[in-house]
This record gives sequence, structure tokens and C-alpha cells, in this order.
Amino acid sequence: MTAWTRRLRAFFGIEYALMLTYRAEILLWAVATCLPLIMLGVWSQAAESGDFVRSPAWMARYFIAVFLVRQVTIVWVIHHFEFLVVSGRLSPQLLLPVDPVWRYAVAHLAEQACRLPIVVVMLIGCLLLFPTAWRGDAAVGPWAPGLGAVAGGVLACMAAFTLRFVLQYTFALLAFWVERVAAVHELVYLLILFASGMVAPLEVFPAAARDAVLWTPFPWLVWFPAKLLMGESAPVLRGFVTLGGWILVLAVINRVVWRCGLKHHSAMGA
Amino acid sequence: MRRYGKTLCRFWGVSVAAEMEYRANFVISCLTTVLTLGGALFTVGLLFQNGHTPGGYSWPAALTVLGVYTLLDGLQQTLLAPNRAALTEHVRSGTLDFVLLKPMHAQFWLSLRRFSPWGLTDVAGGLALVAYAGWCLGVSPRAALTGGVAVLLGGVILYAVGFLLATLTIWFVKLYNITIAMSALLEAGRYPIQAYPAVYRAFFTAVLPVAFMTSVPAAALRGEAGVWWLVGLAAVSGATFGASCLFWRFALRFYTSASS
Repeated sequence: MTAWTRRLRAFFGIEYALMLTYRAEILLWAVATCLPLIMLGVWSQAAESGDFVRSPAWMARYFIAVFLVRQVTIVWVIHHFEFLVVSGRLSPQLLLPVDPVWRYAVAHLAEQACRLPIVVVMLIGCLLLFPTAWRGDAAVGPWAPGLGAVAGGVLACMAAFTLRFVLQYTFALLAFWVERVAAVHELVYLLILFASGMVAPLEVFPAAARDAVLWTPFPWLVWFPAKLLMGESAPVLRGFVTLGGWILVLAVINRVVWRCGLKHHSAMGA
Repeated sequence: MRRYGKTLCRFWGVSVAAEMEYRANFVISCLTTVLTLGGALFTVGLLFQNGHTPGGYSWPAALTVLGVYTLLDGLQQTLLAPNRAALTEHVRSGTLDFVLLKPMHAQFWLSLRRFSPWGLTDVAGGLALVAYAGWCLGVSPRAALTGGVAVLLGGVILYAVGFLLATLTIWFVKLYNITIAMSALLEAGRYPIQAYPAVYRAFFTAVLPVAFMTSVPAAALRGEAGVWWLVGLAAVSGATFGASCLFWRFALRFYTSASS
């Protein structure tokens, strides 16, 4: 166990230092995560009219929660892995006595840590711009989730990150056979974008559409953790079972594809 | 001038030939366009529930904005993004020296050398959407012509802002994420600017001219844009384009080349 923590800590140190080498890029990463804040503007303005089931304060709170969830669930392993395979730089990593997946996972955490200061600034800006988000309005009370809700939200975020990572890494492994896997994965990302509640809360979906997407894994990646963080009731059991089930299934597929892929790997550049 | 035109044809010919190695990408990019448009239509449709009209827009009017956005996003994928990525790569690996030594305007070369045909499906989707919305609204040919010019000017702004950011790579070296950041911000142009709160409207008009990229050209297409908005559009596109040229020349003074 201690050997493992030592390894992971070493990886974290390396990746954190690597990220800091090109700090300016982190700023762009942070800007790239602003989609929920754009949608916050659209939906809180739309809710002002009173045509929707939720109030402007609720909308602002929802999208700020989505923003937080998105910060810790962004995954980019496919671009990195595609580059490694196509350029032949995967080969030296295969010689190490550790499965490289650990390094990629830790790299994501290091990137999140680098992004943190900018995220805090953006978050404070939003809370100042939309004070009703935390203060509440006539329709919703102040934003005060209980300890259990916050713990559940954090756990759901971690599960959502794991699922997105396993999902994307499984697609990334197809790089052993196809050269442009990132383009293929773009299709999955679009499903996540539109069906997860990132661009519109599930509450404003027509009932049939809402029931349909709840059977897919997507809303559990964004809408579910965001609801928990808001301190609202959510189908907790169903959420964690869905997330856990998909993680398990994809992890098994992932290991099978990894074995097959390694056999197929022609080690470009070797 | 003719020399530049001829070279441009060669550039794009070579790029397309190289990309043709990945023909299956065509299917993927068609699927991507269909999914993106479907998802966007669904999202905009959600805003029109219960008789709500975001920013006072009718459904076809909102479609013109979405169409112009899709068109520009296609342009970004076809021309802007591949060239920005190449610029970063040139600076990082030191091959920018070779570009600067070519008997050709460096910014021209760096902005137009690459051409990725896979964004063209988005361009086509955007055009189809704009045409449909225009047909619904009964747009006059004159408004369509003004709108076409306005969309081009919006494209110039998108190019100039992206190139300005990409130029920063001279100092910061590794800036591959410009495209992700740019498309995230352009995302704001999917919805009519009037559908945003006042603070957002001010930001997207004065600081980051997203309003001039999609909403104003879309209004011109519908024949609804006031003269002053069109003048503003022309001024902003001229100013951002000029700024990108000046800033590029300024940045080059700090370029230290890879070998020194």
C-alpha cells in the first residue's frame, strides 16, 4: 500500500510540475469550462418572465452547481492517449512496471488542482453577479445544503468523474486500431452535452424526454450531482446504482480491450 | 494577388488530399453535425415552451441565429482551428523560422495554410438552417445579400479574435487549448443576444464581440438590423482585424527562434 501511495504521489508531483510549466494554458482550460455560466445567463433571464416552472434564483443556483460539477469531471485522456499512440510515445511508458492508466488519472487530478485558483475567482464572480443564487428569492430559500447532501454531492462528483474517465479511456484504447478516436468520441460528448442537464435542467424537459434520458447514464453525470449539491431531493439510490453499474461494466470492457490492444500494438517509433 | 490565389488553391488541394486518407471521418462529421444541430434545436426549443419568447425572438428568428452560429462553427473547424493549432506547433518545435523566411506574408501563410474539409458539414448544416428560417420569414433578396456580407464580417471577427489569442503563443509557447476556449465562448452566440441578462449583453457586445458574430449578422439577414448596428459590425471587424495584424507584428519582435 505504501508503495502505491508513493507511486501515485510521485506521479502527481510530476504531472503538477508539468502542468505548471505552461500555466497560461490552464487559464484557457478554465475559460473553456464556462459553458454552464453562459447557460446560467440564458436560463435565469428566461425564468424572469415566469414562463417556467423554476425561478431565476433556482436557475442560477442550478447552473452554478453544474459549473462546480463540471470543474471536477472534465476528462481529456482521449486526446492525450491518441497523441501517445500515434506518435509512438506510448512505448516507453509500457516499459514501466506500472499500468500507465494510473498516471493519466493522476494527471487529471493535477490539472484540476492547477485550475482551482481560477475556478474560485470565477465562482466568486458568479455569486456576486447573481446574489439570489445563495440568498434565494420568493420561490426558493437560501442555498444551505445539509452535510449529508454535500457529502453525497461530492461522492456523486467522484463517481461521475470515474465514469467519464473509464468511458473516455475505453474509447481512447480504440486508438490501437483507429487513428482518429477523438473524433469518434466527440459523438459521445455531444450526447453528454445535450442529455446530461448541462445546457438545460431536466426540470424544464418535457416529461417524456426527461423519463427517456433518465434511463441513459448521462443525466447522472451532471444533473444528479448538481441536484445533490443544491441540497435538493434526488433519486439517490438509483443515481449511485446507475453510476456504479456503468463504471463496473465499462471497467471490465476496458481491461479486455486493453489486453487485445496491447497484443495488436505495433509500437510505432520503436 | 494572383500568386496568392494560386498558392491558396495549392495549399487547400494538398490539405484535402492529406485528409482524404481518413475518409471514414466524413461519416463521423456528418453524424456530429446532425447530433449537434438536433441537440441545439432541442435546447432552443426548450426555451420556447409555455409560449415563452427568449429576447422577444420568434422561432424562425432564433433559428437564423442558430444557423449563423453553426455556419461560423463550421468555418472555425475548417480553417481557423487547424491553422491556430499549427501556429502553436510551429512555435513549439521551432519551425516558425522556415515560415518567416518564405517569400510570402507570414500571417497569410499561418492563417490559411491548413484546410480541414470535415467542418464543411457544419457549414452546410448552418446554411440549410439559415435558408429554411429565411424562407419561413420571407426574407427579401436584398436583406439576404446584406446578411451574407454581415456573416462574412462576423467570420472576420471570429478569425481576428482567435488569431490575436493564438499570437500569445509567441510568449507562452504551449496554447493548444485556444480552440477549446474559443469555441466555448462562441457557444454564447448560439442564442440571441437579447436573451441574456444586461451584464452578459454588455460583455458579449463590448468586451468579447460575440453579438457581432452571430446576432447582428442574423438580424441583418432578417432585414431587422439598424444601419448603426451594421456600421458597428463593419467597425468592429475592421478594428479586430487590424489589431490582429498589428499585434502579430509586435509579437514577432519577441520571437527568439528555436536555434538562438
